[in-house]
Amino acid sequence: MTNSINEIEQAQVILVSGSNTTRTHPQVARRFYRAVDRGAKLIVIDPRRTRLARHAHIHLRIRPGTDIALLNGMMRSIIDENLIDDLFIQMRTENYTTMRDMLFGIDLAQAAAITGVPEKTIRRAARIYAQAQRSVICYCLGVTQHIAGTGNVQSYANLAMLTGHVEQEFTGVDPLRGQNNVQGACDMGALPGVLPGYQSVFDDAVREKFARVWGVELPATPGLTLLDMTHEAGGGATGLPQAAPAIRALYVTGENPLLSEPSLNGVKKAFHQYDFLVVSDIFLSETARVADVVFPAASFAEKTGTITSSERRVQLMRKAIEPVGDSRPDDWIVMELARRMGHAMDYTSPAEVMEEICMVTPIYGGMYHDRLDREWGVQWPCGGRNMEGTQYLHKYSFARGRGRFEPAAHVEPAEVPDSDYPFALITGRFYFQYHTGTMTRRTPILERESGQPLLEMHPDDGRRLGLRPGSVVTVASRRGRSRFVVELTDRVAPGNLFTSFHFAEAPVNELTIDASDPVARCPEYKVCAVRLEEVEPC
Amino acid sequence: MRDVLTVCCYCGCGCGLYLHVRDDRVVGSSPSRNHPVSRNNLCVRGWNAHGFIHDAGRLTEPLVRRNGRLRPATWDEALQITADALARVVHEHGPDAVGVVASAKCTNEENYLLQKFARAVLGTNNIDHCARL
Ligand code: SF4
Repeated sequence: MTNSINEIEQAQVILVSGSNTTRTHPQVARRFYRAVDRGAKLIVIDPRRTRLARHAHIHLRIRPGTDIALLNGMMRSIIDENLIDDLFIQMRTENYTTMRDMLFGIDLAQAAAITGVPEKTIRRAARIYAQAQRSVICYCLGVTQHIAGTGNVQSYANLAMLTGHVEQEFTGVDPLRGQNNVQGACDMGALPGVLPGYQSVFDDAVREKFARVWGVELPATPGLTLLDMTHEAGGGATGLPQAAPAIRALYVTGENPLLSEPSLNGVKKAFHQYDFLVVSDIFLSETARVADVVFPAASFAEKTGTITSSERRVQLMRKAIEPVGDSRPDDWIVMELARRMGHAMDYTSPAEVMEEICMVTPIYGGMYHDRLDREWGVQWPCGGRNMEGTQYLHKYSFARGRGRFEPAAHVEPAEVPDSDYPFALITGRFYFQYHTGTMTRRTPILERESGQPLLEMHPDDGRRLGLRPGSVVTVASRRGRSRFVVELTDRVAPGNLFTSFHFAEAPVNELTIDASDPVARCPEYKVCAVRLEEVEPC
Repeated sequence: MRDVLTVCCYCGCGCGLYLHVRDDRVVGSSPSRNHPVSRNNLCVRGWNAHGFIHDAGRLTEPLVRRNGRLRPATWDEALQITADALARVVHEHGPDAVGVVASAKCTNEENYLLQKFARAVLGTNNIDHCARL
């Protein structure tokens, strides 16, 4: 997020997209409601009528995967009504003319046809967003998990820059992070292209700096993303880069790709091809079951270290109890492996690891444990021990000088419903469960509330097919099938279905498609075409 | 009974919460009153953040596959088998034949060490995690 969670309360207009915030980020949703109580307007972009959408002033119920068409329509309308922020565009951005020329080619009637949202509503939403002094955009995986994910994200940035709603307190563009330390894992360089602090592995000076600290030469060859590592080892049937070298051994910590990755049949094939698989986890996950070696890991209550929240707040997680049984924290495991491979990593504590991080990562320059211990965490960038954290980003300038407009054109989802597979399946999360459920499903209260793999379906569709709440159906896509329990609700639009990947007994990723965004390599979890087979009425 | 101030293990809001510990068991969790995000409030997952810690299904010892089945092993065995296997693959097929999947559930320090392990020990940039999920 470029802003802090608490700033949202002061916004005048909040535009939320692709986020079921009341369920997945309750604390952020709490700020939305507080802002609305103070008179803010809430605009929700979502194919589903989520609880937040019900409370919104405007709900733009788009057809799944049509964000770009909607945003281009909104921007066209903003230009038509001359609500752009000239000064901001001139002083702080570049590439505006290309953007404007593209927008002049946009036809609002067509945008309405693509998105399914009436032209008038698009105009109204655009006006409200543009006219306010302090408008903030929050988006989540509903925006990124599409083949046009990068274009989607750019379009939200375009909209914000066009109206000057960035670079200030209370206004900005805020991606919400799903898991407790996604932000930190990215910050720490657990990504193929960047070292800690988003320093490029392709920059010679950066590699040299790390080589000096670590005492070894660093590889400059591009690495593989998770999607590429777990699909079709050595093959190319799914449109992955042909040149990708085959993965022969995989070391997985705390993730469960055999339930969470798209198009599971392809993943299973890849896992069978590995010579060696080692998994570190707190439970015997679907992935751990097929491993050659399994390490029992310590849980968050059994170790010390920092995690970084969506608002870039680096906080100290403190050890409450000794590791359960003979489990060990992952940092210990990595150090042991390194030592046995002839590469001693001699840190005596997580605090000492952090000292090295502070040294090599400018944005984490002041995140020493003793300091974090005394405060409610510190928001990066923070350059040094005596420097303050940063409440909101882009205060004086974008990270790369001027903000650049990147025009994006609408791209149809990789798979849209047709006569064979007439439903659009959307995947996401439920309130009481989390991720692949390894933790929540073992928490009795949470499991009691939501222990069934529900499939949300519009009552009209249910009536047409003779289904009742509780009916069990088999859902099939071109890639696989899986069984769910029907819930009839108008949260989903007719023709759409919604479910989640929490449930191992109903692995929705057997169905999903592994088409992905060419830049971010983010799979299109959000939409694929399915049909219902085998209906068992209850 | 001890209360330990820590951070919620679920979503990216980063609520501050207390874990209540009795006899080395975590028996409850409750919100921190002054934490800037939680402000004396947690969602249902946070109130139950302790729920899985002592689950009977927790892995409590290393497992190694022998004759097709996973069997208990010592840390020494499990680590040595892994180190040897990774070293063998690097030796035979090059460092880019090994991949490391880090985790959004691990700490910053652990993620740092994991990417350092991939890059400095194995010699590959094949390191990623479930950021896109
Ligand atoms: S208590 Fe709920 S809102 Fe707070 S961090 Fe945990 S899961 Fe997120």
